[in-house]
Amino acid sequence: MSKDVIGSVMVVGGGIAGMQSALDLADSGYYVYLVEKNASIGGVMAKLDKTFPTNDCAM
Amino acid sequence: MCTEKCPKKVVDTYNEGLRKRKAIYVEYEQAVPLKYAIDPTQCIKMIKDKCGNCEKVCPTGAIVYDQKEKTTKLNVGSVVLSPGFKPFDPSIFDTYQYSKFKNVITSTEMERILSASGPTGGHLVRPSDNEEPKKIAWFQCIGSREINRCDNSHCSSVCCMYATKEAVMAKEHNGPELDTAIFYMDMRTPGKDFEAYYEDAKENKGVRYVKSRVHTIDPITGTDDLEVRYANENGEIVKEQFDMIVLSVGLEIPPETVEFAGKLGVELTDNNFAKTSVFNPVKTSRDGIFVCGSFQGPKDIPESVIDASAAATAAGEILTESRNTNVKIAEVITEINVDNERPRIGVFVCSCGTNIAGVVDVKAVAEYCETLPYVEFVTNNMFSCSQDTQEKIAETIREKNLNRVVVAACTPKTHEGLFKETLLAAGLNKYLFEMANIRNHNSWVHKETPELATEKAKDTIRMSIAKVALFQPLKEAELQVNQTALVLGGGLSGMTTAKSLATQGYETHIIEKSDKLGGQAHNLLKTVQGEDVREKVAELSSAIDSDDKITVHLNSEITDVEGFVGNFETTISGDNKIEHGIAVMATGASPYKPEEYCYGQDDRIITALDLDRKFMDNDAALKDMTSAAFIQCVGSREKDRPYCSRVCCTHSVDNAIELKKLKPEMNVYIIYRDIRTYGERELLYKEARELGVIFIRYDRDNKPSVEVKDGEVIVNVTDHVLGRPLEIRVDLLTLATAIIPNRDEKIAQFFKLPVNDSGFYVERHAKLGPSEFATDGVFLCGLAHYPKPIDESITHAQAATSRAVTLLARESIHTNGEIAVTSPQNCSSCGICVSVCPYSAPSFTTAKGPNLGRAEINPVLCKGCGLCVASCRSGAINHNGFDTGQIYAQLVNVKEAV
Repeated sequence: MSKDVIGSVMVVGGGIAGMQSALDLADSGYYVYLVEKNASIGGVMAKLDKTFPTNDCAM
Repeated sequence: MCTEKCPKKVVDTYNEGLRKRKAIYVEYEQAVPLKYAIDPTQCIKMIKDKCGNCEKVCPTGAIVYDQKEKTTKLNVGSVVLSPGFKPFDPSIFDTYQYSKFKNVITSTEMERILSASGPTGGHLVRPSDNEEPKKIAWFQCIGSREINRCDNSHCSSVCCMYATKEAVMAKEHNGPELDTAIFYMDMRTPGKDFEAYYEDAKENKGVRYVKSRVHTIDPITGTDDLEVRYANENGEIVKEQFDMIVLSVGLEIPPETVEFAGKLGVELTDNNFAKTSVFNPVKTSRDGIFVCGSFQGPKDIPESVIDASAAATAAGEILTESRNTNVKIAEVITEINVDNERPRIGVFVCSCGTNIAGVVDVKAVAEYCETLPYVEFVTNNMFSCSQDTQEKIAETIREKNLNRVVVAACTPKTHEGLFKETLLAAGLNKYLFEMANIRNHNSWVHKETPELATEKAKDTIRMSIAKVALFQPLKEAELQVNQTALVLGGGLSGMTTAKSLATQGYETHIIEKSDKLGGQAHNLLKTVQGEDVREKVAELSSAIDSDDKITVHLNSEITDVEGFVGNFETTISGDNKIEHGIAVMATGASPYKPEEYCYGQDDRIITALDLDRKFMDNDAALKDMTSAAFIQCVGSREKDRPYCSRVCCTHSVDNAIELKKLKPEMNVYIIYRDIRTYGERELLYKEARELGVIFIRYDRDNKPSVEVKDGEVIVNVTDHVLGRPLEIRVDLLTLATAIIPNRDEKIAQFFKLPVNDSGFYVERHAKLGPSEFATDGVFLCGLAHYPKPIDESITHAQAATSRAVTLLARESIHTNGEIAVTSPQNCSSCGICVSVCPYSAPSFTTAKGPNLGRAEINPVLCKGCGLCVASCRSGAINHNGFDTGQIYAQLVNVKEAV
């Protein structure tokens, strides 16, 4: 194994895309740093009421 | 407590400024992490060194005022950018007076008003007087498709759908008599199941759609109502009054992201999205930096989730050799044997901040629990889910020698897994656990009656205690995951998936029914960015041929599938058997062969793919043409095929541009219903208009007609601007035909995959599981899911790869312990369980002996749904974790009176 390749990934932004990416990477064997500027993750999706086209609750 | 005592009220950005919060706050009740934070720009102590209330009242001494921003240096192998978008700020439009008129709001504010957790508690009222509106209008494309008053030339892709959803929801809140009108330019609903949602809103829910761009909003003196003037479809000027107007604001990239990208050296498009290419859709201009979500391009939630997994694949692929070198592996604690022990139950009653404790008297509940049988320990926690409480719970289990645990808190849906981990950490079998939901089922819904809520909490917990006392430790079967992958379909999606899986070290088989790889991509000329498709397909094919981890099976079909996640055995033509751990469905779709518009009667009437072929062959006749027309939605958005094929508008617009470039004086017409050039594809639409392509709109009820007369191809259509019939003589008529699914019932049955009414596969979850099936170990990508262009197919293929790798990387998986088991001695071999099970878990024992012919359940296939338990006439099936005795114990404890 090469020492040059670092098995960690930084994900910048903890909205729905960042969270999913971080989860996939962690589940695939990489250490993930998820960086978010707000006090909690969730991004814009957490502000939404329902989501189309299934009318599921966004939360 | 800190928030209660904080004297400083500040604008609540989570609620779009529609209400105030304190300077010390949590963003919202379900925030993750659920930790209070101080807003340093607002805190009186931090600005003026006064107040300090929160520090005084905090019982745990958690307040630190002098925490400074720290810079941490991290070494990482790759970076994923998902900084997201900012909703467009419409204040700059003086004609809409968003800042001045209280009842002109943005769509994001509307989301908060409609939300049960929003400033009005989900009561739809207008801001000026808190009255229920009777008439609401939505204005589309605010800050999108607009370069005169703002700089966003792109289409934001999501606003048509969210406005439709808000209108439907508003009617649900305030009743069908609420008048909702959406003013739009083109209705863009090209996503999966979007068109049906739009049709339902229009036809059944009574949402009005007005094709008009409203220029100005005027106040009505003496009221808070608003007046708009617009030109209707007949060109007449109409005045209409509304109680409230929602501006459907677009998605844009905020300046700080632009600056950040600049620092990273990541190139941007003209609209400030990250620059990517069609064949590398999540790779930025800088090696090792990938992008997903709306920074990649304006998009909705399912596409963001697909993007996210794709970026994970791309970011992980280059680090393959270092997989598992930096991860922290949780220590496995040896399980304590609790067999034959008397139950010693620990009860943890959660306050959930004020969520539960604000209504339920948690102290009284805890005291009551101490009086119940087998309860050894009871405590009350502020937040049972916080990391320190988790550690405390584990410590208590060990110290007090507890062998059963009840957590009375929120919902097991989100938190059961977490608490089960805590049990494992304390050395207890994780199935010796029960949750009592005293928040969602209690404090949230009984706010008005706290005393009764407290009694209900006692009842709920008593039931859980009675149940948990009867729990037994359950075992999970461990399964090795075969590290070989099978990809069904050798088109672009299948090839992309296979190549990525092989790069990440997994043996991969591609099963392709035709005699070559490439699929539909062979028929396409170029991408929206001008890349040669055939060249890229050839590159990918040769990379696959030279990859010794990939085996390609051409002219092959699947004849049988056995097994389950981790251990499939698939038989293909020629009786070849392949053992594999996962399967990816990349079976593609086909072009629709039109029956309408005289197709087949004249060789000047062709499909979009035929036109691509002419371009590829450098057909000299194209240059000699003086007039060409395209008809859109041929076979799409029809009664019997009610979906939009997503790619055809862009394809026609792109080919129209090609024709115009070939011969500028050629008359090129696109006859359309709505032009759906979503995202930055809108720039192509703009270019086509600038080059003089003529766009003529038609309705489904008033379609164009085509005739071949006296050696001429004639298109008859009513011009929507002039309102008069037009007769267009063309040298070439291109029909933008639908993409239709490759229905293959056999494959769907082999892997137990659901198919929707249109014939496309149904993914696990429309938003959160778009690249996998409910069947474990089977993944989905490309056109088999829904029509999509090349870049999105590639993203989807990378996403399916990522989801598959999360399974393969685990190497072994545990089955669920909460499954059905049979008692063969009671089984009457009636076979009902075998026939009702959706997962084929029960079967008749074939092993010789006393149980021959009686039912047994494969623990790997059982999902624990309980259908067989309920249907068994002999009482021979039991459900671990929900057995009859446990359920009865719960029931008899409902209330002493029952």
